[in-house]
Amino acid sequence: MFEMLVKRALQSVLVIFVMSILAFVGINLVGNPIHLLVAPDASLEEIQRASHALGLDLPMYEQYLRFIGNAFHGDMGNSFVFNRPAIGLIFERMPATFELALMALLLSAVIGIPFGMWSGLRPGSRVHKFAMGFSILGVTIPVFWLGLILILVFSVNLGWLPSGGRGPTTSLFGIDVSFLSWEGIKFMLLPAFTLALHNVALVMRMTEAGTREVAVQEYVKFARAKGVGPMRLMFRHIAPNVMIPIVTVMGIEFGHLIAFSLITETIFAWPGMGKLIIDSVLQLDRPVVVAYLMVVLLLYVMINFAVDMLYLILDPRLRAKSA
Amino acid sequence: MKMMMNDIETPALSAASAHHETLVAPPETPMHLLLRRYFKSRIGTVAAVLLVLLIIVAIAAPLIAPQDPYDLATVSIMEAEHAPGTTSSDNKITYLLGTDGAGRDMLSAILYGLRISLGIGVTSALVALVIGTCIGLISAYFGGKVDALLMRIVDVQLSVPTILVALVLLAVLGQGVDKTLMALVLVQWAIFARNVRGSALVERSKEYIEAAVGQGLPARRIMFRHVLPNCMAPLIVTTTNQMANAITLEATMSFLGIGLPQTKPSLGLLISNGFDYMLSNQYWISVFPGIALVLLVVSVSLVGDQLRIVLNPKLDA
Repeated sequence: MFEMLVKRALQSVLVIFVMSILAFVGINLVGNPIHLLVAPDASLEEIQRASHALGLDLPMYEQYLRFIGNAFHGDMGNSFVFNRPAIGLIFERMPATFELALMALLLSAVIGIPFGMWSGLRPGSRVHKFAMGFSILGVTIPVFWLGLILILVFSVNLGWLPSGGRGPTTSLFGIDVSFLSWEGIKFMLLPAFTLALHNVALVMRMTEAGTREVAVQEYVKFARAKGVGPMRLMFRHIAPNVMIPIVTVMGIEFGHLIAFSLITETIFAWPGMGKLIIDSVLQLDRPVVVAYLMVVLLLYVMINFAVDMLYLILDPRLRAKSA
Repeated sequence: MKMMMNDIETPALSAASAHHETLVAPPETPMHLLLRRYFKSRIGTVAAVLLVLLIIVAIAAPLIAPQDPYDLATVSIMEAEHAPGTTSSDNKITYLLGTDGAGRDMLSAILYGLRISLGIGVTSALVALVIGTCIGLISAYFGGKVDALLMRIVDVQLSVPTILVALVLLAVLGQGVDKTLMALVLVQWAIFARNVRGSALVERSKEYIEAAVGQGLPARRIMFRHVLPNCMAPLIVTTTNQMANAITLEATMSFLGIGLPQTKPSLGLLISNGFDYMLSNQYWISVFPGIALVLLVVSVSLVGDQLRIVLNPKLDA
């Protein structure tokens, strides 16, 4: 177990290191941002002075070393556009993205697990057919198009829900959140569902497959013969064994949701990290792009690592094998 | 060999040899068997037919589109934002699916867009297939340090969400067909490489490969002529699924404004262009290209699903 832990940790560090080089060097190959920053009528001398002040005149590897050195102190440089620390901009927008991703995760559990279990227990039933059709559509429909259709139906035609923005927020421990007021939730429903759809389909499919597999096993038959009621059978005997892979998948998917939220956030003008990154890419705001990539990758890699470890804890068989 | 030929005979020839077949029913060729098993599924059949239709209209777009949507001489701004079913002011064409903000016939724009989306999705998946297959085979055949190095690269590549890789690449390279293709190949090759390596490792441990090595055949020949053909089944399934993924990813990138340029309007770009009009309820500019995109992606992935069932050797009985 220890060996595996070290191996995975090393791999995680490697991923982040390689991506930091690629992202940094890559991003810095795109045009010289100095022309965006100085006045159009600036003299050559002024341009040189500005380049020097920002460290843009140094060789690439030196810029990278400076970047890494600063990054360890939590300094990812200043945004060229906002003239504020890039990392601060990202942290400011992080709660909005997290809230949306968590809501999407919750939706996928609340919708996916019951439908999945029901169809796993009753293969061939109407619910089963619906769930399977839904999950095929769910994994194939392009997310952004779903978002558009939801806006068209629920905002433009029915007028029930707002088409974008975050709406009013309530402060919870100093963090602005939407889910505490109905008005806030109304703004969150469409983007959260859009973001969740893939995941709902995935969880539904996995729960269905897991339940089908578990429901025919001897111990379940035995419990039923013993006279265990259907509710207890489902929640105490079947569910725990189905849930282990689902929990891991949901963990990994949380990382995905954060990365892919940039699509949803752009459509619904949700003021999270994802919208920031798209704006920054279009405005050549290098430090923000690099900082975003680093933050999201770090999160993603850490989540995957944590999930791997969680898996070891949840599944006693793996623990026994590696001990 | 004779049996194989029978399948591809022209009707005239098979009529000539008909008396022969009535005596001995020819055993099914593997291809026949696969096809028969494929078309047993109703969903698989519908998806395949739909996909073939979409491919045909995409290829034939310049012939069947009512208008060349990128010929400025035929597109008039006066015709902008017409609802579906409107007839043009000179009574020449009926805009079955309406017109967009620049006065283009949506049906024509969708047919041309389908061509671009399909072309980019298929090309990128095929290029990634070739690159990934070579790397996967090399990795499996040589093993050891080469394998370790290549697979670490694959691991790193696969542990980053595709959308981020594509985003960085397009942010670096800028918009363009070639750049979008490059980004799509980059996010896909590793999947093929890992896939091929997995199947090739299984094959490599078998005796016929040992025999081929013993005969002193060159590595390249063994890899491509002996190992690869036996890894084809899972590879076909992966390729189909990757085509669906590539089409979706390209559409997404184009929608976000970091994929194809406005001069090459794929379905994603058409949807993006219609986004602003949608809020004023001119739904057709966004919705119809979206339906075309969904039909395309869903049919490709359903074909992939069905192929997976058909090509799974475990189900051979």
